[in-house]
Amino acid sequence: MDLVTSILTITIRAGTSLVLATIGEILTERSGILNLGIEGIMLMGAVTSFAVSYYTHNLVLALLVAAGVGAMLAAIHAFLSVTMRANQVVSGLSVTLFGTGFASFLGQRLGPASNNFRLVGLKGAKFTPIIVPGLSDIPIIGAIFQQDLISYSMYLLVPLAWFFLFKTRPGLWLRSVGEDPKTADAMGIDVIKTKYRYTIIGGMLVALGGAHLSLSYTPGWAENLTGGRGWIVVALVIFSMWNPARSIWGALLFGGINAIQFRLQASGTTIPASFLNMAPYLGTILVLVLMTWWEALSKKVGGPAELGNAYMREDK
Amino acid sequence: MKKLVLGLLAFAMVFAMVSPIVAQAKKPLKIAFVYIGPPGDMGWTYEQERGRLAIQKAFGNKIETKYIENVPEGPDAERVIRQYATAGFDMIFTTSFGYMDPTVAVAKDFPNVIFEHCSGYKTADNMATYFGRIEEARYLTGIIAGRMTKSNVIGYVAAFPIPEVVRGINGFTLGVRSVNPKAQVKVVWTNTWYDPVKEREAAVALLDSGADIIAQHQDTTEPQKAAQERGKYSIGYDSDMGKFVGDSVLASATWNWETYLTKTIQDALDGKWKTHAYWGGLKDNVVQLSSISSKVPASVQSEVEAAKKKILGGWSIFTGPIKDQNGKVVYAAGQVIPDDKQSAMDWFVEGVVGKVQ
Repeated sequence: MDLVTSILTITIRAGTSLVLATIGEILTERSGILNLGIEGIMLMGAVTSFAVSYYTHNLVLALLVAAGVGAMLAAIHAFLSVTMRANQVVSGLSVTLFGTGFASFLGQRLGPASNNFRLVGLKGAKFTPIIVPGLSDIPIIGAIFQQDLISYSMYLLVPLAWFFLFKTRPGLWLRSVGEDPKTADAMGIDVIKTKYRYTIIGGMLVALGGAHLSLSYTPGWAENLTGGRGWIVVALVIFSMWNPARSIWGALLFGGINAIQFRLQASGTTIPASFLNMAPYLGTILVLVLMTWWEALSKKVGGPAELGNAYMREDK
Repeated sequence: MKKLVLGLLAFAMVFAMVSPIVAQAKKPLKIAFVYIGPPGDMGWTYEQERGRLAIQKAFGNKIETKYIENVPEGPDAERVIRQYATAGFDMIFTTSFGYMDPTVAVAKDFPNVIFEHCSGYKTADNMATYFGRIEEARYLTGIIAGRMTKSNVIGYVAAFPIPEVVRGINGFTLGVRSVNPKAQVKVVWTNTWYDPVKEREAAVALLDSGADIIAQHQDTTEPQKAAQERGKYSIGYDSDMGKFVGDSVLASATWNWETYLTKTIQDALDGKWKTHAYWGGLKDNVVQLSSISSKVPASVQSEVEAAKKKILGGWSIFTGPIKDQNGKVVYAAGQVIPDDKQSAMDWFVEGVVGKVQ
């Protein structure tokens, strides 16, 4: 396997959880709800799905449980921010604080009593890469064909989400709720229901992103497994300008720079390592700035106009 | 999570003010531990926690221990340490390099509280420092790696460019080169103590660049797991990682704090505690070599055993001739790197590919 292919292989593997969570968050934000609970939901998805895979060795069940847990946490956020009209930033952050702490707590309680640290350090069922014969031998493109099932489903999810959002009627409704809920309401779209629905679906995808870490990429549970990737997702959503098709580039960029910087170090480069470690974050910020700048110049529609604002029918 | 813990701590403070009414005549020594990661990291904090559990068992109701996990280095650490001191703890162990200055600052304000900082170099009348020469155990694991490598490239996933980590890399490399002068140790920095995903990616990058054995300095087992998935060997650190990963971990350089903690706490109980800078090694049992994997042939095992005897006999692994990366002899034959130079080590020995930065 040549260098480029191997970098691309690990980039896709590392990027899968980012892409899933980014698409989830895009759907949520398109309905006008900002969910900063991503980090907490990812961790909860990771710990619960690993617990299920450890006890039942059933990966489908593990994914279902993760999705269910993600839906529940997102529903809490939806209840607070849609029904109670609480500040979405505060509500989202509290979901993250709760999710991070509760995931650690579950990790220390769920496993067998024989293991000192319960879930930590155990092995459960995991997704393994399925190598497509023939196709995986093609240089560079071959990287796409040696991934696990979750990554393969991600390939499908990206165009599907794009198609749904921009080419279907429910997608149009969703966008209109985020842009101008009053008009959407007048058109007969149930704004509250739409916000709830996509916050919950978004939460499910975010939790599945977390599950990909504990079931495939870094199989097993370790506290703070995500290491702040939930926050990167917040940036990647802006990076992809709320377009699912672009989410893949953001994740590739972030994951790719990370993979490349470690390889540069291993090859004995003279660039300081601390600078290389910084590169993925620096790259993300740089592109974010450029995108925003370009957006302002071209007057292209950026974020949903009503993102983060509570909707109340009687409000003037 | 942290906020919750801090909130509970505040609650504990209030409780501590009320509790003397119910306290018994002979009050147990209250000891607090501040951890950088979770005890379930299977590495550094796991070993600290093992030490705490051991002394709690040994001293029974003579002491009372508490710990707080996941405390970031910096201002948060000072807040946590100060809260413990205010809450009436008699002895506070701060167990990460970055807690050094916060501990110094708090120790100044609480002259009656004993502070013990792990892995630093600053002391005060009521603040001691303690650490171990883990590089002695790493040297032994280096011998194993040097004998077992086929590609003559060994990958090393390094944490932060500080003397502690540099010493570990040098000690390991000296061990490798003592049996295999052709082998190289490739270093990749992550600038993390605990980030499973990143540490795995660094290990995979090293494996891709030809390494067939992976060693590491962070507190997770991900580099070892990544090596195992590729069918490659690894060297563990902190705890006996073979127990969590399998026999692809050839051996681990491990910490064992029980002996030291027992002694210093006994001193505190007897009122004999004095400030000190403790730096123990293999012979003090603070650092150990774990059991060696069955994949390592007996001849190599006896080679390790011989080197271990030499170290236990007082020989320093930093005995010359030692060359730097340019091949220049920095310490002549028979010359030993003095302790103060060791604790400020910022250069690599010959055989390391990478830079301290």
